[in-house]
Amino acid sequence: MASSTTRYLVPLGAFLALAALLYYGLGLDPSKVPSPLVDKPLPAFQLESLKEPGKTLSSDLLKGKVSLVNVWASWCPSCRQEHAELVRIARESGVQVIGFNWKDERAAALEMLQRFGDPYAMSFYDPNNQVGIDLGVYGAPETFVVDAAGIIRHKRIGPIDRKVWENEMLPVIQQHGPKQ
Amino acid sequence: MSPKRLLAPALVGALLAWGLVPTQAPAATLQEFTFDTPAQEQAFRELTGKMRCLVCQNESLAASQADVAQDLRRKVYSMMKEGKDQATIIAFVVDRYGDFVLYQPPVKPSTYLLWFGPFVLVGIGGFLLLRNLRRQGTAPEPALSPADQARIAQLLAAGDDQQDPAK
Repeated sequence: MASSTTRYLVPLGAFLALAALLYYGLGLDPSKVPSPLVDKPLPAFQLESLKEPGKTLSSDLLKGKVSLVNVWASWCPSCRQEHAELVRIARESGVQVIGFNWKDERAAALEMLQRFGDPYAMSFYDPNNQVGIDLGVYGAPETFVVDAAGIIRHKRIGPIDRKVWENEMLPVIQQHGPKQ
Repeated sequence: MSPKRLLAPALVGALLAWGLVPTQAPAATLQEFTFDTPAQEQAFRELTGKMRCLVCQNESLAASQADVAQDLRRKVYSMMKEGKDQATIIAFVVDRYGDFVLYQPPVKPSTYLLWFGPFVLVGIGGFLLLRNLRRQGTAPEPALSPADQARIAQLLAAGDDQQDPAK
């Protein structure tokens, strides 16, 4: 009889839907909080240069090119882990990688760049988290894709490796990069 | 004094120094914030209690020992000192970190499911329960065909005969 079949199928369907929802939830990482800044302009800021003490760099310098703004610190192991990939991206992809040295000490940061290579076209130095708060940074590494007009197009929380670069960052960059 | 008598204080001093240095580093407390009035302090605690620390998400901004939380507390503190009201400060933090920093998310289309979903579920459950109960209570007795009626009468009559053979 049709009604007795639905009597069993409906709860079964509801159970399967709930199971699917919970299974999907298992795959999510609660430490990754979506940033409200995506698709908004990068907040304008001025910070001292990491490499040239005393020199002030403005966020306006990023405009005109697609940039990868990488928030990093020498005390952060994941930053060390992704560093080689950043060096490769800077060398091979043509996307400019901008360093945002965060809550770090200058000497330690410079030492790390000397040891593992320096992928950064420009390096901001924010030891006291003055600008980090404006960018909604709550950990390192975090990486923003900023388009040529200065709009944040993506925020990656956690380290970048080859896979992340190809599957997550590159599509965004191609979508918002200069149309050739 | 003999060298031996000097050794003990030196050791104690070394131990103390060794023990003290690490404990000085993460001094993320509310002690550095001073308030003019107890009400102001209360307001600060209330405000930071409403916000979540994104590093250790089960802790409020008021309670978290994370370094970033201390930075944000400083920011909230300085904004309070500038005379900004609670709504402005909350908007400042939400603009940068998103609704997730609030323990009580705002009611808006993207959170309707969160806010009203449970009531909808309870409603659906209640509806189904009531429907089933009513159906059970008022279901009419199934009508029997004349043939069934006759068969019942026949069976009852036969039963009477068996149970009471004396009759």
